[in-house]
Amino acid sequence: MSTHLSTAGDSALPTTAGWETFAHGADVGVRGRGPTLADAFVQAAIALTSVITDPACVRPERRIEVTCEAPDREVLFLDWLNSLISAMAIENMLFSRFGVEIEGNRLKGHAFGEAIDPTRHRPTVEVKGATFTELQVTKDKGGRWRAQCVVDV
Amino acid sequence: MDISRLHKIDDWSWRADPQDGMRVPAIFYADEPLLAAMDDKVFEQLTNVARLPGVVGSVFAMPDAHWGYGFPIGGVGAFDPLQDGVVSVGGVGFDISCGVRLLLTRLTRADIEAHQRELADALFQAIPAGLGSTGALELAGVEMDAMLAGGAAWAVDQGWGEPADLSRIEEGGRMAGARPDLVSQDAKRRQRKETGTLGSGNHYLEVQHVAKLFDDDAARGFGLAKHQAVVSIHCGSRGLGHQIGTDFLRAMAVDAPRHGFRPPDRELACTPLSSELGRSYLGAMRAATNCALANRQILTALTREVFDKVFPGAQLELLFDVSHNTCKEEVHPVDGVERTLFVHRKGATRSLGPGHPALPEALRAHGQPVLVGGSMGVGSYVLAGAATSEQASFGSACHGAGRAMSRHAALKLYSGRQIEDDLAARGVLVRSPSTRGVAEEAPGAYKDLHRIAEVTEKAGLARRVAHLKPLVCIKG
Repeated sequence: MSTHLSTAGDSALPTTAGWETFAHGADVGVRGRGPTLADAFVQAAIALTSVITDPACVRPERRIEVTCEAPDREVLFLDWLNSLISAMAIENMLFSRFGVEIEGNRLKGHAFGEAIDPTRHRPTVEVKGATFTELQVTKDKGGRWRAQCVVDV
Repeated sequence: MDISRLHKIDDWSWRADPQDGMRVPAIFYADEPLLAAMDDKVFEQLTNVARLPGVVGSVFAMPDAHWGYGFPIGGVGAFDPLQDGVVSVGGVGFDISCGVRLLLTRLTRADIEAHQRELADALFQAIPAGLGSTGALELAGVEMDAMLAGGAAWAVDQGWGEPADLSRIEEGGRMAGARPDLVSQDAKRRQRKETGTLGSGNHYLEVQHVAKLFDDDAARGFGLAKHQAVVSIHCGSRGLGHQIGTDFLRAMAVDAPRHGFRPPDRELACTPLSSELGRSYLGAMRAATNCALANRQILTALTREVFDKVFPGAQLELLFDVSHNTCKEEVHPVDGVERTLFVHRKGATRSLGPGHPALPEALRAHGQPVLVGGSMGVGSYVLAGAATSEQASFGSACHGAGRAMSRHAALKLYSGRQIEDDLAARGVLVRSPSTRGVAEEAPGAYKDLHRIAEVTEKAGLARRVAHLKPLVCIKG
């Protein structure tokens, strides 16, 4: 993994421009795209929230911090998503805005969100974990990054 | 699935002979239509399991098999520690010890229908369901560890249920060998408020009625009668199990090169049973099993409280509790020699035949109840372990209907509100915090459970005893 520093500031209010979900058997995949590796990670995090609820209805009221270290870029992406999945369960929160800084095999990130409100968020499913299935972190010929994997719901 | 790669053994079983590194044959239990409808990935995944070190006998796909992470759901594989056998996180699944328990009432369908709305609303209020719901108790520190070591037995000690319940739970309600000290702090924090919650996805609590009996003698032995009301609870080890799965899948995937074995699929990451990581996973996984057993026990106690309010004096007895995502240390004959094996059942139910010494005496004559969950429309089945299952599948049978389409596809086809209205018109009241979740779990998104139950019987894995149809469904 290169030691190039990749950063993405707080995502703007969610748009569908850089993220999407895709069908996969009983579960669902999340995919983020962006001009930097960090942007792709941020966009994939919005896609993760969209599996559960509409990210636009999650208020960015409280910030949590995430740090990860992994042997390669793909496992780092899994660690990022799994840290958010754990934080959602532990803090009983949903997140809608994210910031990421990646240097080498280390990630420092944060997420803004709020406590789950079942009436307003109408959460569909609980995400159990991010998986190695369809796990890809790639850069295309135009220099755009894409990060994706299937999440178990 | 392309069935030209398989040898037909009989109308209900098919074999893929060892090739390309497979150490043992792969056996598929299905009739031709079920097999043809199975994803090709089931073939690929099951034959991958047959390539893992220390696998013995054969590996098996149950009639409800479908794609899973690395290891197919509905897959069974046994590994011998004396032959460098492995343990695989993917062979157990993320929702460790997910399972089903069935409670018998002395009420009839008509009794339930007279109070159906009141019962549905009271259950929905009492059973924490869906994302963000929290349980009645908050556990941390030594209390968390006591729950992880004690399982349903711990729950009963805490006043959740009756001591008599324990004999009707696999392992007597407490999985030995649990190591709460090997469960990560993240996993424990995730579980802090989740003990005694249903979860979401395909998990449910249903009030059902016995719609049809297939085996009157076994039904009597199990305490089942036509039109009787029963309660079925399907859930697992909640956030703790999911986090343990995540922690150890990553650890095994990263650690794999050290053992000189490259699994054919990263999701099939595994480690020798004798390794420190393998022993750690087994200890943590058994703790998660106890978490699932405690969870279903607490939900049982909450259900009993609701029934007592709606039907004063109502008694709900536990028929049985089965886990269908497990790895258990069991003794099985292989090539005529008894061996201690680690049997992975992922989306497969243990199915002990009549006379098995591990069964409570009251059930021994008929075999172990095999509780098979279905959909909100079709309902569920009670099967009984067949005498032939030991020989056929290391004593295993099916676990459910299996999805016929993705959540995405179901969302495009169905509206949650419409599904709720359609089911209400058919006498089934659905209560869920999420209409989108109901759409994703639409009855049409599942395979034909009747055929799966029939094929399970014909293949000699378990015998059909009763078909149960829902009256009230609490979905997470």
